[in-house]
Amino acid sequence: MATKNKKLSLKDKYQYLTRDMAWEPSYQKKEDIFPYERFEGIKITDWDKWEDPFRLTMDAYWKYQAEKEKKLYAIFDAFAQNNGHQNISDARYVNALKLFLTGVSPLEYGAFQGYAKVGRHFSGAGARVACQMQSIDELRHVQTQLHAMSHYNKHFNGLHDFAHMHDRVWFLSVPKSFFDDARSAGPFEFLTAISFSFEYVLTNLLFVPFMSGAAYNGDMATVTFGFSAQSDEARHMTLGLEVIKFMLEQHEDNVPIVQHWIDKWFWRGYRLLSLVSMMMDYMLPNKVMSWKDAWEVYYEQNGGALFKDLERYGIRPPKYQDVANDGKNHISHQLWSTFYQYSHATNFHTWLPSAAEMDWLSEQYPDTFDKYYRPRFEHWQKMQDKGERFYNNTLPQLCQVCQVPTLFTEHGDPTQLSLRTLEHEGERYHFCSDGCCDIFKYEPEKYIQSWLPVHQIYQGNCEGADVETVVSKYYHINIGQDNFDYVGSPDHQRWQAIKGNRPLGGDDDSRDAA
Amino acid sequence: MSIEIKTNSVEPIRHTYSNIKRRFGDKPASRYQEASFDIEATTNFHYRPLWDAEHGLNDPTRTAIRMADWYAVSDPRQFFYGAYVQNRAKMQEAAEHSFSFCDKRNLLTRMPEALQETLLRLLVPLRHMELGANMNNSSIAGDAVAGTVTQMHIYQAMDRLGMGQYLSRIALLIDGSTGEALDRSKTYWMEDVLWQPLRKLVEDSLVVKDWFELTVLQNLLIDGLLYPLMYHKFDQWLAEQGAEDVSMLTEFMRDWHAESCRWVDAMLKTVRAESDANAEQLQRWIAHWQPRVIAALQPLANASVGVAALDEVVGQFDQRLKKLGLVAEEVAA
Repeated sequence: MATKNKKLSLKDKYQYLTRDMAWEPSYQKKEDIFPYERFEGIKITDWDKWEDPFRLTMDAYWKYQAEKEKKLYAIFDAFAQNNGHQNISDARYVNALKLFLTGVSPLEYGAFQGYAKVGRHFSGAGARVACQMQSIDELRHVQTQLHAMSHYNKHFNGLHDFAHMHDRVWFLSVPKSFFDDARSAGPFEFLTAISFSFEYVLTNLLFVPFMSGAAYNGDMATVTFGFSAQSDEARHMTLGLEVIKFMLEQHEDNVPIVQHWIDKWFWRGYRLLSLVSMMMDYMLPNKVMSWKDAWEVYYEQNGGALFKDLERYGIRPPKYQDVANDGKNHISHQLWSTFYQYSHATNFHTWLPSAAEMDWLSEQYPDTFDKYYRPRFEHWQKMQDKGERFYNNTLPQLCQVCQVPTLFTEHGDPTQLSLRTLEHEGERYHFCSDGCCDIFKYEPEKYIQSWLPVHQIYQGNCEGADVETVVSKYYHINIGQDNFDYVGSPDHQRWQAIKGNRPLGGDDDSRDAA
Repeated sequence: MSIEIKTNSVEPIRHTYSNIKRRFGDKPASRYQEASFDIEATTNFHYRPLWDAEHGLNDPTRTAIRMADWYAVSDPRQFFYGAYVQNRAKMQEAAEHSFSFCDKRNLLTRMPEALQETLLRLLVPLRHMELGANMNNSSIAGDAVAGTVTQMHIYQAMDRLGMGQYLSRIALLIDGSTGEALDRSKTYWMEDVLWQPLRKLVEDSLVVKDWFELTVLQNLLIDGLLYPLMYHKFDQWLAEQGAEDVSMLTEFMRDWHAESCRWVDAMLKTVRAESDANAEQLQRWIAHWQPRVIAALQPLANASVGVAALDEVVGQFDQRLKKLGLVAEEVAA
């Protein structure tokens, strides 16, 4: 009976163990089983052309992942048992973790659900299986991050109510709206947004800086998580590239749609990364590299090579890439200055850079730091020395799309704030840039829905009319513990005690530690 | 005698995250608790999905079931990702041992050809049902609104992919890894009349929109009837035909089903106990789907174990429903 007698190649065998389990339905219509595959206009002529980006059967997956988990949790246990938090470079470092836990970890959960959804809804079973594996990986990441930071939560403030805060706190609407945007889009745009832009193009500027920061600052728990997630991330990146190439190869009509998504998600990602830029330049006591260097290596060089490679499909580099390249000299300083002013409304502390740190920034940013930003910090330092630490009590104007306060400056003119406005159906909308304004213009019906935290406070939807009530009651930020300047904070005082320094006296202690 | 290592003890300022404290008190929490509760976003979503403008993201009205707090449903196995993969890694180690043993001793290929064909016709096509179950559970993981619920379903989804792969490997053992037997087995699934009711049922399940209805249909009804029939009754029947070695290769499925019943039952008990409206809704779904599942299994029983065995499975399943409070006395009789 045997008609075939050649043993299957590894590739074919994997296909038998995945997509061959699917079948052409005949009792229900294919478009009813996969109702979301067409509305975005992406044309798929042949799912058989999908190249599996990795070949991992479930038995192998369980085995490898279990080994990784076992090692990871052994480190977590050792870290907690030995109070590893005492060995970090400086307690200011923990503020990077607060940003990560409230800003990034909930996105991992969103990715888990987003991939579960597309992992059900592509009619190509090969793509479904790859997406499902990423889905369960993302669940792994949110859970292991929670476990890695569980010990920090027991010894530092600001980490204690991450999920509640993610849904409410003003600056966390930046990452949240980013992911909501992707998850509310169709399946192909979701993959372009997350698998390609986020995982493939930008992961070295988002995930990696936090993990490298952990490595440089003695955070064994987080960096071990980073290493453990590395092979997962490698799989996710190969999926990201495959998705883009597959769409582009399937039909030429897909090219302009994909190009638009690349433009949009590059810009969306770039704005999200501005939070990372300040973390790298200002929040890490031991710096890994400057944001500017990171942007040059990971975007200008690596991204440049990628877009060169995609040229043959008719894809050009993202629109406004030049603005982003120019912004590398500015955004970290502009962000940190803003968060410094609004520290009373954040779950992490801010502080002024020490003299040594300012010198490092001058070196890293020879064209911009001394000219535009140092004077600001020195001015605030003088105020702080007089006991007049500056907090801004006016709520900021947020960009309708990226939801970052409109704090960025014009391309080519760092003394001019960049603002755009647009009237749509009788309402005026405000934007931080042409990039965000374009995104709005393309899909106004989507972005008029944005839940803008400042608007919501003014509309009385956040349990109070004044900042203090909103911050404590609505955000669950413990006033005097989670917020305000690092200097003199309970975190600072406990750190001094751990290090056997005198109880907090002057405000110079933290800067001596750096 | 014991030795005592002196450590520098440090008093924590809190024992766990605030959300866990609100639920369980300010005391050290388990890894399961910290990894599972309240991790899904609940409010202030920015945009309505383009693919379903009638609902928001993470919208609790994607099912007719109403729970004041979906986190009332939790996993009796306490599986978070790490616990899950480590448990499955152990199970796959045993399965791997059995597969390589069968392979080395040619246990399947030395069976009479007719018996091999029976495996390809009656057992291996279940891999397609597993893929349907994989899709359904992935869909539920994407739609459900609590971390305790979503994670159980993604584990279930990946388990189904894994079991579909084990079934596929039975055919690969038979055809010497040429894929020829898998092609033939797939033809049975597509064309053989005895599979068509089940294939129709699986395709029907793929268009169910209510995620809780889907978990009832897939994880309670289809699995609750099919697994006892195919992996217990049919397994015994195969042994009587001289194919007892196959049992080694389906042991994973028996262990898995026994385990999976625990969380499915716990979930249904909690949801049923929430309100009369929930109980009635569950009963309506069961009344609608259960006869269809039984009918879909009938041809498989007829071709192997006989209708009496199916009746017995149905009887036992009714007992299970009764324990869950999901069947009226007179209906059960």
